[in-house]
Amino acid sequence: MLTLNLDRPPVKNAVLRASPEGKAVVSKEKTYSQLTVWLLAVRDDRDRAAFGDMFDFLAPRLKGFVIRCGARPALAEEIVQDVMLTIWRKAAMFDPHKAQASAWIYQIARNRHIDIVRKENRPVPDELGEDPGSEPDASQILALEQEALHLKQAIAQLHPDQKEMIEKAYIGDLTHQEISTQTGLPLGTVKSRIRLGLGRLRKELKGLR
Amino acid sequence: MPAITHHIPDPMIAAYAAGSLPHAFSMVVASHLSYCRDCQAALGAHQAVGGALLEGADCVAMAQGAKSDLMALLDEPAAPAPVYDAKGVYPGPVMQSLKGRPPRWRTLGMGVKQDILFEDDFGSARLLYIPAGQAVPDHSHNGLELTLVLQGSFSDETGRFGVGDVEIGDETLDHTPVADAGDPCICLAATDAPLRFKALIPRLLQPLFRI
Repeated sequence: MLTLNLDRPPVKNAVLRASPEGKAVVSKEKTYSQLTVWLLAVRDDRDRAAFGDMFDFLAPRLKGFVIRCGARPALAEEIVQDVMLTIWRKAAMFDPHKAQASAWIYQIARNRHIDIVRKENRPVPDELGEDPGSEPDASQILALEQEALHLKQAIAQLHPDQKEMIEKAYIGDLTHQEISTQTGLPLGTVKSRIRLGLGRLRKELKGLR
Repeated sequence: MPAITHHIPDPMIAAYAAGSLPHAFSMVVASHLSYCRDCQAALGAHQAVGGALLEGADCVAMAQGAKSDLMALLDEPAAPAPVYDAKGVYPGPVMQSLKGRPPRWRTLGMGVKQDILFEDDFGSARLLYIPAGQAVPDHSHNGLELTLVLQGSFSDETGRFGVGDVEIGDETLDHTPVADAGDPCICLAATDAPLRFKALIPRLLQPLFRI
């Protein structure tokens, strides 16, 4: 089993440290990540050019990601096409108040991969309505965007073997036992490396709050 | 929204996000998350880590023509997929497994009933119906068992479990859950191994009832 214990609830904390009201009206091209801008253009305007740009950026990364999950290149190609088409069709469900664009796409990629490979419908939770007392506003989106950016930076700064361990936990269908078999490391070392890597991630995240 | 006091452990939410959980456990996790804002927030955090890793993944070039093939598909109508919404006491993930029909209860004796929803080599998931005041036979576990309350409540040596609460049982848990007074207790239970009953007769019946 994996052991990432991010302090919860990060979403609420993200809201608490949201930027002042004024910042929320800055034009979205300047403050949102490129991925979010593309996804909103697809969602709101069914913008094919934005979708094409998103394909150019995303498809090769998705393919690399799905191959890391153990898919052969031909299957990976099929899964990527399926994921991209799902993004186009389900864009209306993307809500930047609730999830970062990359997190939303990660979940679609995992769901489609599992549905295709295991031929079963992955159970997904019911949507819960808005948190009572928290009005969705643009500062919430910016807070999530900022968190995603810092997370990417934190991951980039990890020691390569720590990064590899975390990638295996989130990218592969591997349990700790399997990681240990594959890498030849004793289980204790695997666990302590994951813990070290995640501890560093958590510290980076805490610095955001 | 019920007040939830027993949650899914964070590492299990991470494994759910990554798709590493057996299907039967994913059903319980997704069902618990259908009640629990805190655990949905935790899932959001793990998905954010996954998203950051995805954005930083090594690129592998797509085949020639992949993009134009896909762009040509954008106007194709999507095949309608059945959507199963929460109904009565059953959250969406349970309704999906029931394919929208009501449970088909099979009696286990003493008023206790079950409906096996799913079974594969990695685990099984079932609905359990326990009348108020009734005990589920004393049992311990070979592997991992997750029990989520959908209606009513039950209590055992470790505490009280109401709607939305999930009990995690493993080899060390030897317990006798009893349904509390009030509505019959309905649970979604998933295991990755057959349960071991301590009394002789339930053990003999075990293969028969697949419990």
